[in-house]
Amino acid sequence: MALTRTRPATRGAQYVGLAAYMVFLGFPLFYLLMASLKSTQQLASLDVWIFPRSLAWSNFSEALASQGIVRATANTAIVSLTTTLVVTVIALPAAYAMARFRGRLRLIGTGYVLVSQVFPVILIIIPLFLILRTINLNDSLVGLTLVYVTFCLPFALWMLQGFVAAIPVSLEEAAAMDGASRLTMLRTVVFPLLVPGTVATAMFTFVSAWNEFFFALVLLQSPDNFTLSRSLALFVGAEGQVRLGPLAAGAVLASIPSLVFFAILQRRLTGGLLSGAVKG
Amino acid sequence: MTTVTQTPPPVPLAPSAPAAPRRTSRMVVARRKEVAALVIPSLIPILIFSVAPLLNGVYLAFTDATLSRNSSNAFTGLGQFRKLFGDALFLESFKIGMIWAFSVTLLQLAAGLGLALLLNANLRFQGVTRLLALIPWAMPPVVVAIMWKMLYNPNSGPINGAIRLFDPGFALDWLGSFGTALPAAIIVGVWVGMPQTSITLLAGLQQIPDELVEAAEMDGASTWSSFVHVTLPALRPVITSITSLNFIWNFNSFGLVYVLTEGGPGGQTMLPMLFAYNEAFKYRDIAYAAAMGNVMVLVVVVLLMFYLWTQFRTERED
Repeated sequence: MALTRTRPATRGAQYVGLAAYMVFLGFPLFYLLMASLKSTQQLASLDVWIFPRSLAWSNFSEALASQGIVRATANTAIVSLTTTLVVTVIALPAAYAMARFRGRLRLIGTGYVLVSQVFPVILIIIPLFLILRTINLNDSLVGLTLVYVTFCLPFALWMLQGFVAAIPVSLEEAAAMDGASRLTMLRTVVFPLLVPGTVATAMFTFVSAWNEFFFALVLLQSPDNFTLSRSLALFVGAEGQVRLGPLAAGAVLASIPSLVFFAILQRRLTGGLLSGAVKG
Repeated sequence: MTTVTQTPPPVPLAPSAPAAPRRTSRMVVARRKEVAALVIPSLIPILIFSVAPLLNGVYLAFTDATLSRNSSNAFTGLGQFRKLFGDALFLESFKIGMIWAFSVTLLQLAAGLGLALLLNANLRFQGVTRLLALIPWAMPPVVVAIMWKMLYNPNSGPINGAIRLFDPGFALDWLGSFGTALPAAIIVGVWVGMPQTSITLLAGLQQIPDELVEAAEMDGASTWSSFVHVTLPALRPVITSITSLNFIWNFNSFGLVYVLTEGGPGGQTMLPMLFAYNEAFKYRDIAYAAAMGNVMVLVVVVLLMFYLWTQFRTERED
């Protein structure tokens, strides 16, 4: 936008604005990181100094040692990885069908995706809890995974069908001309081209499952089954007794996988939003 | 989900293909089989764990079901709804949900638009800000809530710490006091949701041809008036869609406020989802919670209609 004509005063105001956003967005993150390195005494005192007086790496070892964090991390990883694997495998063919066989299927699929993103989950979780209780899968990681698969599916379908739609149909037609069956054509033409899109979708699915809290709260009762979000929330509830340093360290550790994946996906994310938001 | 099959959205999302050569019925059957084979693995979990529970959830609101294993689940008609609309706590929670959703959505839009404009203005340090804007979105909501609880902590929190530099002895419990709990939570809601709004708006801004803005400025329009007369109208479709979706998401939000305040103090931050969660899993009255869910669905449906209508209009204009 008419870069050359921007007046210095406007420029200055813009930098002030940008700085304000950086503080608003960045300070909480910075504070959490610093808190995870502060000693218990410093965190309990009225000391406002933002930096740790001495580095308390022990917060991290303590977080890992206590609070069943290792168990919770393993649970979260198992649930998220299984969810990602299952979602990717079953969503790929369906997304292909959605993108290629247009018409009613695509309309219903799109509608389902939209509605599933906005529905108040309370209506679904109650019967779901009853169903899972009947088959003895509430308070189990298997039950939680089943629920995650169902709830990660719509978005994965949506992303994947976008990637399929971006592959020119002519490529498939050429393969069909050469006498390839649909299966051969999918295997040799479509899936190889879909690999980057599938990886991005898989990462998104992993992050949603990793970060999820509501279903874990409702379905999991025994601490042995807790996921990271679930066990961290438990310690907030007991804030009086809990030591803030290890809690902050646990919080930092819990966000690392999601942050790494988002950093990798950054470019694709903005691109996806572009097409999603603008074209609707 | 189910509502879709009953009333397909009036969106020509799939422009029907130009009259294809007539197919024989055998080809149609073969094609259907193929589609079924591709779709069924996804369809089964969706039907069992999403569509069926949803229908059942709608139905439960008309019964007297409880979480107890030998609950009779007898049909009670509109009984739960009558109780609901006579329940001052529910009405209060609905009001809080509306205040929360309106404030968070509007602030997300205003702050998000500001950030989007700055990110679109060719400044230095934009990369850092853009990265910072993505982080809140990626973090687990529980971690975000823990982080803000520490920021708001009356004793060790840096917010009160900064105020104490001027007013020693200041120790307001932001999340635990009447009057401040809801605004404090709203700020967290904005922190979490504003970045996504702003990145979406930025995507919209980048779709506006530079020539449009330049032409306006050539004609002597000030920055402000070209913003009002060129940029805003061009962004309108993105703004309406992101705003209606944000409102729905905010109205339905749960995890963040649950960890921040559990609805307290004294129900000051009791969002409808928290209220329904308590009814179902604390007081075990699932029929009553389902009735709440049904009422929440109505709100969502109205907004969704609005969203689809704006989408429809945009698509026709294209």
